[in-house]
Amino acid sequence: MPDNNYDAIVIGSGITGGWAAKELCEKGLKVIMLERGRNVEHIKDYVKTNGHPWEFAHRGMKPTTKMLDEYPVLQRDYPLNERNLDWWANEKEAPFTEVKRFDWFRGYQVGGRSLMWGRQSYRWNKWDFEANAKEGIAIDWPIRYDELAPWYSYVEKFAGISGTKEGLDVLPDGEFLPPMEMNAVEKDLAQRVKGIYKGNRHLIIGRNANLTVPHNDRTNCQYRNKCWMGCPFGGYFSTQSATLPAAMKTGNLTLRPFSIVTKLIYDKDTNKASGVEVLDAETNKTYVYTAKIIFLNASAFNSTWILMNSATDIWPDGLGSSSGELGHNVMDHHFKAGASGRVEGFEDRYYYGHRPNGVIVPRYQNVYNDKRDYLRGFMYQAGAERGNWFRNMAELSIGGDFKDALCEPGEWTFGMNAFGEMLPDHSNKISLDNNKKDKWGLPVLAVDVELKDNEKKMRQSMMQDAKEMLEACGVKEVATWDNDYAPGMGIHEMGTARMGRDPKTSVLNAHNQVWDAMNVFVTDGASMTSSSCVNPSLTYMALTARACNYAVNELKKQNL
Amino acid sequence: MERRELLRMIALATGAAMVGGEVLFSGCKNQTNDTITFSEKTIALLDEIGETILPRTKTPGAKDAAIGKFIQTMVTDCYYANDQEIFMKGLDELQQQSKQQFSKSFMDCTALQRTVLIKKIDSAAKEYNNKKFAYDSERNDKTKGTLQYKKDEMPNHWFTMVKQLALLGFFTSKKGASEALRYIAVPGKYEGDVPYVKGDRVIYPCY
Repeated sequence: MPDNNYDAIVIGSGITGGWAAKELCEKGLKVIMLERGRNVEHIKDYVKTNGHPWEFAHRGMKPTTKMLDEYPVLQRDYPLNERNLDWWANEKEAPFTEVKRFDWFRGYQVGGRSLMWGRQSYRWNKWDFEANAKEGIAIDWPIRYDELAPWYSYVEKFAGISGTKEGLDVLPDGEFLPPMEMNAVEKDLAQRVKGIYKGNRHLIIGRNANLTVPHNDRTNCQYRNKCWMGCPFGGYFSTQSATLPAAMKTGNLTLRPFSIVTKLIYDKDTNKASGVEVLDAETNKTYVYTAKIIFLNASAFNSTWILMNSATDIWPDGLGSSSGELGHNVMDHHFKAGASGRVEGFEDRYYYGHRPNGVIVPRYQNVYNDKRDYLRGFMYQAGAERGNWFRNMAELSIGGDFKDALCEPGEWTFGMNAFGEMLPDHSNKISLDNNKKDKWGLPVLAVDVELKDNEKKMRQSMMQDAKEMLEACGVKEVATWDNDYAPGMGIHEMGTARMGRDPKTSVLNAHNQVWDAMNVFVTDGASMTSSSCVNPSLTYMALTARACNYAVNELKKQNL
Repeated sequence: MERRELLRMIALATGAAMVGGEVLFSGCKNQTNDTITFSEKTIALLDEIGETILPRTKTPGAKDAAIGKFIQTMVTDCYYANDQEIFMKGLDELQQQSKQQFSKSFMDCTALQRTVLIKKIDSAAKEYNNKKFAYDSERNDKTKGTLQYKKDEMPNHWFTMVKQLALLGFFTSKKGASEALRYIAVPGKYEGDVPYVKGDRVIYPCY
C-alpha cells in the first residue's frame, strides 16, 4: 500500500494537530492529517458568521427544546446555541459515560475547537513547572520554563498574540502584537490596584490570539466579537486561519476528514508504532496508514482513548499503560467563582467596537509573601462594561419611559471571574466503558473526576479575594458568586498521559514521546503533568513545536 | 469564551434580567410539544401586550418588530409543554382580569387601561419571582456537585415569560437593534475610552 505510507501521521486537526502538521510539513516531511469529523473550509464554511441576530429564528439567544433534548451535556453551559451548533460534537452519535458529572464539550471537525476557543494566551511561569516537585504533588515535570521559553517565542511570533509587556515573574512576557485598549473604568481600576497592592497585584489587559495589526498575511481583528462563528478576516488564530494554510503551502500535507483512528498499530519487534487503523466515518470501511512517526493530537481524552485501544495484546490497558498512569490525573481549570459590583461615575465615558477580550489579574497567591492554606492559585479574568438593554430597571417596569431608558447605556459594572489551578490526582480518571458503544460500535469513555479539597478551599478565596479587591477599589454593592462549576466546564481538559522523568510513573518522556513506543508523540492536553491556572493552549502549541523539532532531528539521526 | 461567560455572570450577579440565559426556563423532565397552536387573535393579543411593555416612542415599538410572531416562535420551539401551558393559561388570566376590572377584553381596552392591567401583573410577577428565587436557591444548594443538578424548581410566572420574550424579541429585531439601539456589525476598530453624551444610544452588544 505505497499510497498509504507517509513520513508522519498527525491525528487530530485542532490547535496542536494544526501545529504538528505545519511544523512537520515545513521540515520537509510528507504528512497526513487525520480528522474524525467533516471538513470546514476557511471562510467558505463560516456560513453564519455574517448573520445578523434577527436572521436567526431564535436570535441565537435560546436553544430550542429539540436542541436541549439532543445535547444533554452541551446545554449545561453557554455553548449550546444555534449560531455554531454544527461545531459541537453530536452527543447521540458520540456519547460518553459520566461516572460523576463531567461537562465534556467537544468539537469534531477540521479545526476542532481552534474554531471556537477563547483565545486567551498565556505563558506558564517558572514556578508552574517546579511546583509538583517542591510540594511533593504527583510527579515532577521533566522540563523547566527556560527550556520552553524559546518555543513560546516561536509560536507567539507565528500565531500573533496581543498584549502588554509587564515584566512579571508570575506571567512572563512574550512576543506581543500591540495590546487592545482598556476602557475608562478598567484603566482607573488598574491604577487603583497598583496603588493599593504596591506592585504585588496587577490588573492588565488580556493577552489573546486576536490580531491587533495585520500579521503573516492575515487581516487584523475587526472587533465584531463573533470569533466563535469563524472569522472571515482570519482575525484570530485557528487551524484554518493560520497553521493549515502554512502546512498546505509546502505541498507536503494530505488532509483526510471523516477518519476515526481506532488504534495505533504496534510492532513489538521494533517497539514502535508502524501506523494507524482508520475507520471511515462515512463508509465504515477500514484503512491502514503507515508512517515513521505519529503525532497524537486528538484532544486530551481522545488521544488517550486511542492509546487505550492500542497494543492491547501486550498491555491489556493499552499503549502507555505500563506506568499505571494512562487515563489518570485528569485536570481542568475550575472557575465560575468571583464577584462583581457597580462602579460610580464615568457616566461621560463609553467604548466603540466589540472587544473580544477582557482584563486580567495574574496569579498573586502563594508567590512571594502571599501564603495561603491551599496550594497553587488562581487568576482573574475580568472586565467593565456599561449596562445594556437587558439590565434590571428597579424603578421602571413597563412603558415608553422604560423602553427609552433601556436604549441608553446604564451604569458601569465590573466583574471578576477566577480561574483556578486543579491539582493532578490519580483518582481523577478516564477509562474505557465497554458496555456502551458509539455510532460506529466503538467503546466510549467513562469519566470519573471531581474537585478535591485543595480546589474547594481555593474557591473560597476566589470569591472572597474578588470581593475584597473590588471593595478596596471603591466598587459598590459587591456581590460574590459560586455558580455551580462542574469539572469539564473550563473546556481545558488536561492530563491522562502525563510527561515525566521515569517510565514507571509517566506515560511520556520530556519530548512527549510515549515511553513504550518512542516514535509516538502526544503533544495535546493529555501530556500535562500539572495545570497551572492560565489558559493552556499556548503551552500546547509550544510543546508541539518543540516535539516536532526534536522528532525530525531524531529522524535525521536515524534514532526513530 | 471567557469574555462571553463573564458577561453572563455580570448579568446574573447584578440581578439583571436573565433574558438570553441559556438555561432560562429549562425543565429537562418535561415533554417537548411542537404542536401548540397560536390563533391570529392570540398573536394580535401578544402584539398589544408587547406594545404596552415597549411602546413606540421616538423610536419603534414592539409591534413594529412583529413581537407577537416572535413570541409564538419562541414559545413553540423553546418552551417545554409545562411552560407552554403556563403561558397559555396566563393569557386567559389576563383576559379575566381585564373583564373584571374594565368589563371588556384586553384588545378593547384603551392604552391607559392596558397599562394599568399590565403594571399590576408585572408587580405580582416580581413578587412571585422573589419567592421563587429564595426557594430555588435553597434547592440548588442541596444538589450542588451531584448529577441531579437539574432540580424541580417553582414554576415560572407567565408574565415573566412574556416580558422577557418581549424585551429579547424587540431589542434583537432589526428595528430594535438598529433603530432603538446602535447596531454596528463590523466596527473595524476598538476604542476603549470614548466620550459619552447623554442621549446617545446603547451599542448593541454583538456575539
